[in-house]
Amino acid sequence: MWVYEKKLQYPVRVSTCNPTLAKYLIEQYGGADGELAAALRYLNQRYTIPDKVIGLLTDIGTEEFAHLEMIATMVYKLTKDATPEQMKAAGLGAHYADHDNALYYHNAAGIPFTATYITAKGDPIADLYEDIAAEEKARATYQWLINLSDDPDINDSLRFLREREIIHSLRFREAVGILKDEKGKKKIF
Amino acid sequence: MNTHFKSYYPYASPFDPCQPVTEKTYSTPPHLYMSFQPPNLPQFSPLEALKAGTLWKDFYDPWYNSFEKAKRGGEI
Repeated sequence: MWVYEKKLQYPVRVSTCNPTLAKYLIEQYGGADGELAAALRYLNQRYTIPDKVIGLLTDIGTEEFAHLEMIATMVYKLTKDATPEQMKAAGLGAHYADHDNALYYHNAAGIPFTATYITAKGDPIADLYEDIAAEEKARATYQWLINLSDDPDINDSLRFLREREIIHSLRFREAVGILKDEKGKKKIF
Repeated sequence: MNTHFKSYYPYASPFDPCQPVTEKTYSTPPHLYMSFQPPNLPQFSPLEALKAGTLWKDFYDPWYNSFEKAKRGGEI
């Protein structure tokens, strides 16, 4: 069960109407290393992971939904009142034909979201290493998005999200540390 | 103290069509060097922590694009 707080995790402000930027940002919405993939991956893996790290997967998986909401807000604001002509000029003509100005779970190249982006191997170490890789890939995606963006307000929010990926990666590394820990056991190597 | 960036110098051919980038850099954030967080690390104030995206000063590593870096006077 979840409790919903009706506010964003971090403020999202947008300086200019810029549908082109929305086209790039959608990568983190419905892309392979996006927030939706991350949330679904962690919240699904937690059923078959040792008790000690279930809480971590719940917490991070939940936070990824808060990030998803921030990305959605950015995309929404960037395209809200864009005319069909502006959408077309931004390379979003094909998107407009199918969705009007609505958001949809696809990546920056328009490929729809698929469950094959995520795995659940059932092996705790394999799953946690996949999670670490996912966080690093999301961190890199935010770097490239900041490089592409000339909107200082959006960049501020993207920097926040990138920092969160760093912390999540650290926490997953710690989870691996907890699972492989030999401390307190009488074991001689 | 670890640096948050590393660089390498790839080969550039005299026939490369694009202007060669002689120095390539990549990000090496602080968490790579501390796989388990030790207790009692220095913290940001709550407001600074919200702005930074983390409570822990040691894990703060912001990313700026080239325009922002230029605006900030070259400092990262």
